Amino acid sequence: MFDTILIANRGEIAVRVIRTARAMGLRTVAVHSDVDAAAQHVAMADVAVSLGGASPAESYLRGDAIIEAAQATGAQAIHPGYGFLSENPDFVEAVEAAGLVFIGPSAGAIRKMGLKDAAKQLMDQAGVPVVPGYLGADQDPGHLEVEADRVGYPVLIKAVAGGGGKGMRLVERPEEFVDALERAKAEARTAFGNDAVLIEKYIQRPRHIELQVFGDGTRAVHLFERDCSLQRRHQKVIEEAPAPGMTPEMRAAMGAAAVRAAEAIGYRGAGTVEFIVDAADGLRPDGFWFMEMNTRLQVEHPVTEAITGVDLVEWQIRVAAGAPLPATQEELSITGHAFEARLYAEDVPAGFLPATGRLTHLAFPEGLRADSGVRAGDEISPHYDPMIAKVIAHAPTRDVALRKLARGLRDTQVAGTVTNLAFLGALAEHDGFAAGEVDTGLIARDLDDLAALPAPEPSALALAALVAAGLDGPAHWAQGFTLWQPLERSLRLSVGGAVQSVILRVDGPDRVRIETGTKTVMAERRDGAWYLDGVRAAAHARAGAVITVFSGFGTRFEIVDPLAQQGAAEEGAALTLAPMPGRVVSLHVRAGQSVAEGDRLAVLEAMKMEHGLRAARDGVVAEVFVAEGDQVDAGAPLIRLEEDGA
Amino acid sequence: MKLTSQVIASSEAFRANREAHLSALSEIAAAAEAAAAGGGARARARHEGRGKMLPRARVANLLDPGTPFLEIGATAAHGLYDGAAPAAGVIAGVGQVEGRQVMVVCNDATVKGGTYYPMSVKKHLRAQEIAEENRLPCLYLVDSGGANLPNQDEVFPDRDHFGRIFYNQARMSAKGIAQIAVVMGSCTAGGAYVPAMSDVTIIVREQGTIFLAGPPLVRAATGEVVTAEELGGGDVHTRLSGVADYLAEDDTHALALARRAVRSLGPKTGPVVLPGGPPPAYDPDEILGVVPADLRTPYDIREVIARLVDGSEFDEFKPRFGETLVCGFARIHGMEAGIIANNGVLFSEAAQKGAHFVELCSQRKIPLVFLQNITGFMVGRRYENEGIARHGAKMVTAVATTAVPKITVLVGGSFGAGNYGMAGRAYQPRFLWTWPNSRISVMGGAQAAGVLATVRRDAMERAGEHWSEAEEEAFKRPTLEMFERQSHPLYASARLWDDGIVDPRKTRDVLGLSLLAALNAPIEETRFGVFRM
Repeated sequence: MFDTILIANRGEIAVRVIRTARAMGLRTVAVHSDVDAAAQHVAMADVAVSLGGASPAESYLRGDAIIEAAQATGAQAIHPGYGFLSENPDFVEAVEAAGLVFIGPSAGAIRKMGLKDAAKQLMDQAGVPVVPGYLGADQDPGHLEVEADRVGYPVLIKAVAGGGGKGMRLVERPEEFVDALERAKAEARTAFGNDAVLIEKYIQRPRHIELQVFGDGTRAVHLFERDCSLQRRHQKVIEEAPAPGMTPEMRAAMGAAAVRAAEAIGYRGAGTVEFIVDAADGLRPDGFWFMEMNTRLQVEHPVTEAITGVDLVEWQIRVAAGAPLPATQEELSITGHAFEARLYAEDVPAGFLPATGRLTHLAFPEGLRADSGVRAGDEISPHYDPMIAKVIAHAPTRDVALRKLARGLRDTQVAGTVTNLAFLGALAEHDGFAAGEVDTGLIARDLDDLAALPAPEPSALALAALVAAGLDGPAHWAQGFTLWQPLERSLRLSVGGAVQSVILRVDGPDRVRIETGTKTVMAERRDGAWYLDGVRAAAHARAGAVITVFSGFGTRFEIVDPLAQQGAAEEGAALTLAPMPGRVVSLHVRAGQSVAEGDRLAVLEAMKMEHGLRAARDGVVAEVFVAEGDQVDAGAPLIRLEEDGA
Repeated sequence: MKLTSQVIASSEAFRANREAHLSALSEIAAAAEAAAAGGGARARARHEGRGKMLPRARVANLLDPGTPFLEIGATAAHGLYDGAAPAAGVIAGVGQVEGRQVMVVCNDATVKGGTYYPMSVKKHLRAQEIAEENRLPCLYLVDSGGANLPNQDEVFPDRDHFGRIFYNQARMSAKGIAQIAVVMGSCTAGGAYVPAMSDVTIIVREQGTIFLAGPPLVRAATGEVVTAEELGGGDVHTRLSGVADYLAEDDTHALALARRAVRSLGPKTGPVVLPGGPPPAYDPDEILGVVPADLRTPYDIREVIARLVDGSEFDEFKPRFGETLVCGFARIHGMEAGIIANNGVLFSEAAQKGAHFVELCSQRKIPLVFLQNITGFMVGRRYENEGIARHGAKMVTAVATTAVPKITVLVGGSFGAGNYGMAGRAYQPRFLWTWPNSRISVMGGAQAAGVLATVRRDAMERAGEHWSEAEEEAFKRPTLEMFERQSHPLYASARLWDDGIVDPRKTRDVLGLSLLAALNAPIEETRFGVFRM
């Protein structure tokens, strides 16, 4: 066994690995970028080494610096976490060349799974079902029809050069094939000047089910499945284990296929074999196909840990140190059901834009596992993934586990940034999800309802007003004193972009009447605690002008500063501001240039997404405040427009 | 020493007293409510229809949320001008802005366009006087058409008339007492000088106007046709004329700018940490039961003191001497005070003791609180011969010349020379408050009627005429009725003989806030006048 390991990662996964390593009696070494110097993983490790920089390329992707750090601190092994260098075979080789142990698979295994098409062929040869399809040079219609029969209807005909649905046809019955092929080819020719097509099995109700595998380099076991069908734009949102509706036969078939896959490449350590499953006719042993294998520990591994009682990181470290597989397949079993929800700093109503900010308050309820890499006071920076935590609920049954998750999300308290908490909560309380009717299209279908910010409860608004007015703290003896007629003070709070006016009448140190517009709420203090219409006030946090009331899934109120209104009124739409933190990829205008409303001004890249910024009105570009490549914060001015002729 | 109450709260007398006080209170409350409603529903709706905040809302939104507002003259002009000027068309009082105590003077444009009646001027000047004595920054929320023209003779020419407002502004500014104006409506003619004479002026765009003569007068004078906004609107005054300094978008914005202006005033003069102390051992609410409904019924004033001071702790001075004047040290909401309270008619000893106690407090710079319930100095040969006027004069001299802040509450009668010795209005207490059961007049109505009747009877008897009992009663009645009417606290407060009528149960807080306001000004060394020994 090692005595020191280095964790080549940051955030929750680094914290999580350190936790297990310490429990195993190991010394831990953290590495960090400059902006992470005070991060939780740094604070927790026995030793921390600075990698410098802020962006991953300047820090967590610097394999050579990490290996140097390991050598300098006497670490014998490196745990890569997920992301960053975890699936980089060159790094694995460099680690091994330096005489250190990489806690994960071999470079060879990573390479084999890294090339998706080759991996599918390899799996096909190993007897693992892969999504049937045809991508060949022979474009003879007769041959394509034969291939379609082989794939099995329904099939999709897609233009090889395609995109955006052009040249794509869904064919449900063989007799429609020839006609559909002709149309698809014609469309492809017009659109792309290339009429080559491919044929794919059409999966009517796709579900994403993955198998956790664990190998020692020769043999492998599986730790059952996870269902990760709740996705938004291929980003997993809530994962669970086991998969709803899973049958013993299907599990056995999938487990065997996954173990075959792992053993076929001599897999060592924790890995995940992802399958696509067609749930159109329920789960059937012949209805799953290999998609890819993730040669690392997955973000969602805690749900597997919850139902199996296995600490996967402990297994990783033990096997990397040369121990045999810690358990046989027969020794592994499922206990109960688990869910994991990914809590992110993101602005859901604005289209899930990543958000940043200093967490002024962070608290998770008892009875849930919360894997987090940040604490109250930490900053969610624009440089990395804006995940705040993973919240994991485990219970004897799926119903109870889901209720526990929903309850736990309601009791989760985050202030200082906007989050997707309400969205996660809406999902956890979604009827279809509760009924186990999951598929990868669920979120997209119900997105509007799920993403809608619930209107704040009058009591939450009233509490926010009480806090905004500074009346929640210790009372002065003369609080609210007037000789005869009480005074009524108004204040404005912005919630989800809408401004709400509230009128407060302080009747005394312990009594305030609050009119929220829809309701009059009486706030009274008894034994030091506030009650709103007789109900104990929810927990809340205030940081400057931002007040978060932790009822429901938390509501974030911002005190509207009357002094801010002048600027807004005078500037109008003249300034284009960065809608989120990101990097200016390109600028499309220069000072002096005339623009029309809707013209593209710049492109901002944030979290791997490009956002085009357009002119809010006609005008002339007066100033450009940034250069291409600049990193900007949310709200930073980018471009100022002037009236034409100004 | 902790005071011990002898009053039985379950007694019939207690209940009856309480009933009587509550009844008197409800009359005051109704008057205060009517005053707070300003110019009535229609005028208020019209005011709000222009996008303007109602005056009390302006005051509320200027102050730190939930902080106390010690209003003065809440029922000023009550019953005057045929009821045309509720609260004299001005809201004034001590409030807190950005943690600092300030004087707020706010015109009520729903009352005759915010024009100044004689009592409006008096109230405005009284507010300024309080500000000056206690060094409180002044915030004027201006929305006024200037002098009320039908009353110009009682508003314009005299020393304590309209011009005094600007004189005070200049004098206070010279003393470093900040003058801040927020122009939230008209500011015409003389009124234009309120913002112009201020250190800092904020004006609301397309709502506030400042000009010496409005568009109609300009047209009449020179034929020039001009809109109010062009003549003296916010844009003009912040961009061209420089009469105002900050342009606000609306009332809310203007009040926020005013708060910001206060933030920039520099170091605070008043207490940085708000004081506080333990509540009295006896509930102040019981005051209504312990104070007899009838002024003529004697009671122990210590029962009231026990319900005003911290922990009911009272260090009584000279308790065995001059017992009709109770003097002693106590704290009110943590602030030291020397309390002087009547417990019967003033005798020579009591007056000497009072003068002695005022000297003590002056030496120690402890503010004085007078609880006034006085029918006067004792009369009669024995007392005149022993020189009660001389002893009374000692007390009056001490009270008049002490430099410590004085706060007076009329908790009962305020008659004759007793009013002088107990820091009546003429003795310039920092604040003077009255209870609903209080009465103020040069003497009691019965005494006055009796004096007049005796003089008349003597004259008639000298002329050999007969005056029947019935005739004498009829002769006395108008005097009795006049005194009854004129000594009523609403009559007094309407004329600003005091700063307002207070609910006796709130007296402790009123005193606390008054002391707090007084502590904004440093206490000077006292130099007494010549005591007639």
